[in-house]
Amino acid sequence: MSTMLPAAIELARRHRLQWWEALPWAAGIAAFFLFPNYLAFGTQVLVTILFALSLDLVLGYAGIVTLGHAAFFGAGAYTVGMLAMHLGWTEPLSGLLAAALVAGAIGLVSGWVLLRTHGLTLLMLTLCTMALLEQAANMFSGWTGGFDGMPGLSFQPILGLFKFDVLFFRTQYLYALAVLLLCFVLVRMLVYSPFGRSLTGIRENLLRMHAVGAPVRARQVLAYAISAALAGVAGAVFVQATGYLNLAVLGLERAAGVLIILILGGYGRLYGAFAGAIVYLVLEHTLSKAYPTAWQLGLGLTLMLVALYARNGILGLGEALRRRWSAR
Amino acid sequence: MDLISILLGGLASGMVLFIVSVGLSVTMGLMGFVNLAHGGFAMLGGYAIVLTMRHWGLPFPAALALGFAAVAALSVLLERALYARLYRASELDQVLFTIGLVFVMIALVTLAVGPESQRVVLPAWLDGQTDLGFIRYRTYSLALIACGTLLMLALWLGFERTRIGARIRAAVDNRRMAESVGVDVGRLFTLTFALGSGLAAVGGGLGAEILGLDPQYPLRYLAYFLIVVAVGGLGRVTGVFFAALLIGVLDFVLKVEFPKGGTMFIYALTLVFLLARPQGLFGKRGA
Amino acid sequence: MSTALLETQGLCKSFGALEVARSIDFRLEAGARQALIGPNGAGKTTFVNLLTGLLQPSGGRVLLEGEDVTRLAQAKRVKRGIARTFQINQLFRGLTVLENVCIAVAERLGAGGGMWRPAGRRTEVVEESTRLIGMLKLNDDAGRRVGELPYGRQRLVEIAIALGLNPRVLLLDEPAAGIPSAESHILLEAIAGLRKDIAVLIIEHDMDLVFRFAQRITVLVSGAIFAEGSPAEIAANREVRAVYLGSALDA
Repeated sequence: MSTMLPAAIELARRHRLQWWEALPWAAGIAAFFLFPNYLAFGTQVLVTILFALSLDLVLGYAGIVTLGHAAFFGAGAYTVGMLAMHLGWTEPLSGLLAAALVAGAIGLVSGWVLLRTHGLTLLMLTLCTMALLEQAANMFSGWTGGFDGMPGLSFQPILGLFKFDVLFFRTQYLYALAVLLLCFVLVRMLVYSPFGRSLTGIRENLLRMHAVGAPVRARQVLAYAISAALAGVAGAVFVQATGYLNLAVLGLERAAGVLIILILGGYGRLYGAFAGAIVYLVLEHTLSKAYPTAWQLGLGLTLMLVALYARNGILGLGEALRRRWSAR
Repeated sequence: MDLISILLGGLASGMVLFIVSVGLSVTMGLMGFVNLAHGGFAMLGGYAIVLTMRHWGLPFPAALALGFAAVAALSVLLERALYARLYRASELDQVLFTIGLVFVMIALVTLAVGPESQRVVLPAWLDGQTDLGFIRYRTYSLALIACGTLLMLALWLGFERTRIGARIRAAVDNRRMAESVGVDVGRLFTLTFALGSGLAAVGGGLGAEILGLDPQYPLRYLAYFLIVVAVGGLGRVTGVFFAALLIGVLDFVLKVEFPKGGTMFIYALTLVFLLARPQGLFGKRGA
Repeated sequence: MSTALLETQGLCKSFGALEVARSIDFRLEAGARQALIGPNGAGKTTFVNLLTGLLQPSGGRVLLEGEDVTRLAQAKRVKRGIARTFQINQLFRGLTVLENVCIAVAERLGAGGGMWRPAGRRTEVVEESTRLIGMLKLNDDAGRRVGELPYGRQRLVEIAIALGLNPRVLLLDEPAAGIPSAESHILLEAIAGLRKDIAVLIIEHDMDLVFRFAQRITVLVSGAIFAEGSPAEIAANREVRAVYLGSALDA
């Protein structure tokens, strides 16, 4: 038996947990104790990280550029909201599951239909699908609460034990953190699996993937559906945590926002969602309230610079710096 | 509102969509560049036109010409300095860059002029109504319809009958082949980009009466411009023309009949249409 | 007449008025070592694209072991045993050599879609990929990003991927182009080491390679088969010399 190539050994070890991967979670728990008055904001950050993570699977790994991912966030959100409002179904964990199933189903169908196209046409179609859902939510206001939405939803305690804490958001924060951890473990596993590698192959060279016999469209649709389900979970947590739901969960602003966050953090890198969401939301929270127009200007300039010089976002810059440091 | 009024109203707003979007269609067809900031040029043009009319007392046609020239010049600067670096970049980078650019444009306009919607004061000869015999209708809308049609014909002639037009069409159909027969695609693109942005500026000014004019304009109408371009087929003037009219009329009808959820049908129809015919009305099929 | 491994019957393709394949009747037997030559623009790559399903013909049929695969998509034909290399490398430039080959081998072994175990732990995939990398003398580069390699080595990765698909029909589009002459023996040895029942068709301009490798040569001109026969027959064919070989052989 020949000895293994160093490259093969490295490949076999790549999926192993690195020590620094514990940092974001440690930070998340530390924040719980260090910033007790900011847990509502913290919950938003966690929800956004999950949303961005779901987008990373489809954009960063499968290479599908979509401007309509908020469709699934909204689908999950409205599933939970409508279950609560019309059926009195306010059990949170089953609500999460329902949201994942509904959003995933919509992702499966729309992915199967849309992913026949590519480029501008695909971009347009993702936009149209999302806008369609948004308008539908607006039109059938008897079901969805329309433009005003559903302002005062409340949910049962998690596992019957942990009540949602409307004042300090303690339960919500830990709930969001736990859900994020679970979903992250799933995504991480997918990314390192052969399925995940094939997605990277599809992104890197579509023609080659066809030419090695890979069922490209099936993989893309599957990735799209899983990503949709995860986005739906994010939307569900959002509604359960805030008790508030309106049309803003769908719509270009949220979809463009999550895209910006992911790219700022660094796509295709698993933790880009973390970096991007934290940096963006913290900056937005502090700056945009005070100087909204200046914020938009700064954000616009940053995006232009990132597109020109820092395509791989914060994590990409970090990698480049690290390489330059070790090359000294 | 009777049928003819609705039709004319829809045609008028369709014309505005056409004038703004035709540049986007040609540049996207030519360079494959996703320019989400195109609406920003329309907005800048609109503001230039409205403000020069208001503060310098320029007559409407002169303001339109000035708006065209100013925005075209600006677009050349931006294209040479910035856009050109991203021609080989991924679609994602282009989306990101142009979103950033449009944010910058919106913010600058808000800072310079303020967030309020701008009113256009139409010259007297465009105000009021005209009697066409079978109907009396807003002069302005009729003028728009006439202008849009003339523009389409002029562009169509330009593309079909001039050498430059032939080069543009060749490059849209097959860029590599055009390059290999000596077409300077880079310069061609700067030219079409300038023309397209200038037209967008004119569209922004002309359409201010109908589509409104405020800093949020580029984002509010982004989907419409993209739909018109995608449905019309990239790089096809006639395609954009008919797609714009179609969308304009549909949108107008829906706003009148189903004010609450009417736009939903536009998205649904676009979805169905693009799925059945991804290349648009007149676009070419991918190999 | 026995069933050929790969066969076309009246294969036609036109783009509008431009005919790039004209009623091509072609046979590739099991174990063949065949070369497809012809002047530039003859339609050789187009023909391979038609064989693999990258292009759909305007008329005619493609048969794999007698079975009509004309309507079958590219990926499905790969599963049936047709593999190819591209004239211009089609690789995963951001991934390492090992990862590139692993993706191909994983697909072949049906493990490409697995979601639960990490890809790097699929020992059967990694071992097979390692073997192929060794066969093409790419051991030292196994852990390097393909995009960083010199073009000639990238070409060898392209071959490794095709071999990793364990094909019954191997179509190589100008495999030697870009490989420095010092390393071209690696390519020849790899092909020589293939199982005897695999059919190999290469498109080449390097006549030296063609005459060393091929047992049978097909000459394609303007989308139609111009001549076919053993290397000696083709070399002696005056019309072929006039149309194409002339300068190449005299050199």
